[in-house]
Amino acid sequence: MSENNIISPENLVYSKTEVMTDRVLHYCPGCGHGTAHRMLAEAIDELGIQGDTIGVAPVGCSVLAYYYFNVDMQEAAHGRAPAVATGIKRVFPEKYVFTYQGDGDLAAIGTAETIHACNRGENILIVFINNGIYGMTGGQMAPTTLPGMKSSTSPRGRDVKTMGNPLKITELIAQLPGTYFVTRQSVHTPGNVRKTKRALKKAMEYQKLNKGTCFVEIVANCPSGWKMTPVQSNKWMEEHMFPFYPLGDIKVPE
Amino acid sequence: MARKGDVVIDIEKCKGCEVCLAACPEEVLALSNEVNSKGYHYTVKVNANCIGCANCAVVCPDAVITVYREKK
Ligand SMILES: Cc1ncc(C[n+]2csc(CCOP(=O)(O)OP(=O)(O)O)c2C)c(N)n1
Ligand code: SF4
Ligand code: SF4
Ligand code: SF4
Ligand SMILES: [Mg+2]
Repeated sequence: MSENNIISPENLVYSKTEVMTDRVLHYCPGCGHGTAHRMLAEAIDELGIQGDTIGVAPVGCSVLAYYYFNVDMQEAAHGRAPAVATGIKRVFPEKYVFTYQGDGDLAAIGTAETIHACNRGENILIVFINNGIYGMTGGQMAPTTLPGMKSSTSPRGRDVKTMGNPLKITELIAQLPGTYFVTRQSVHTPGNVRKTKRALKKAMEYQKLNKGTCFVEIVANCPSGWKMTPVQSNKWMEEHMFPFYPLGDIKVPE
Repeated sequence: MARKGDVVIDIEKCKGCEVCLAACPEEVLALSNEVNSKGYHYTVKVNANCIGCANCAVVCPDAVITVYREKK
């Protein structure tokens, strides 16, 4: 196909950042976690802070995030990443510290750690991957599961009368005085991926100002848990997740 | 005329998710009939219409695609 000389180093416009390792990701085909990782890695790369960044990995599908980010990483117990990141940031206030957490990790078992770290205004970045489900353990209902959404523990759809309402934890933490920048993005189209990177870059830059917690939610797909093809899941996300979790900035610095 | 581009696809890393196919404005990409060593059908180029926009590489969850574009 390519009888051309376009493929040469001076024409390179896009390749994987060195802030991601060369390991093959263990995620399912089409899963948003991989793209979310890469955007955070590109943000770190473009800011030139690879050597000064420390990440905290969660429990959930992204439990192995420490294999993929080419920066210092620490694993936390389920839901406790913001508490671990608090400790790291307080010992190394000059470092850039982030957590990377799913919705089960951040908004179920780790609700207390999330809210209190944000309320204390810890100078960390929290990256929140909301796929509305416990992906890793077999697609159980999460606090973020939409009304009527099917999961392995709500096979007829979430009935809010008996199963409670979904928790918009991002709107909730935006109310807290400790948060400085709160935004909701996605990584399912080229435009959205680029916007997510800009948000992550901004959030990392704000950490230098010591003004409080930055919180970037990424609404993501879970094709396996949702039982759809990746392309179908991205469409379903647009039609069902975004009306409930609208994309855009929720709290921006004055 | 848009500048010409080209892509290099690391077929062993590809998981055949088709997210890149949906993102390509020039319909350059398709899935192979063959499978890689993991058993996935992988992305291949089916024409020479690439404009080097990098949309495919940007949305690929597995960082499979490297993009080139000729200089003006
Ligand atoms: C203390 C404890 N309770 C429960 C579990 C089981 N568990 C593992 S991951 C997970 C939820 C993961 O969901 P989420 O954080 O949304 O991540 P995803 O896999 O969807 O990315 C649960 C309940 C565990 N590992 N440890
Ligand atoms: S189970 Fe869902 S979240 Fe986990 S890797 Fe697979 S698609 Fe991604
Ligand atoms: S670079 Fe753009 S035109 Fe070329 S294959 Fe990728 S998406 Fe299609
Ligand atoms: S997006 Fe990546 S992994 Fe998915 S089919 Fe395209 S090249 Fe393969
Ligand atoms: Mg989840």
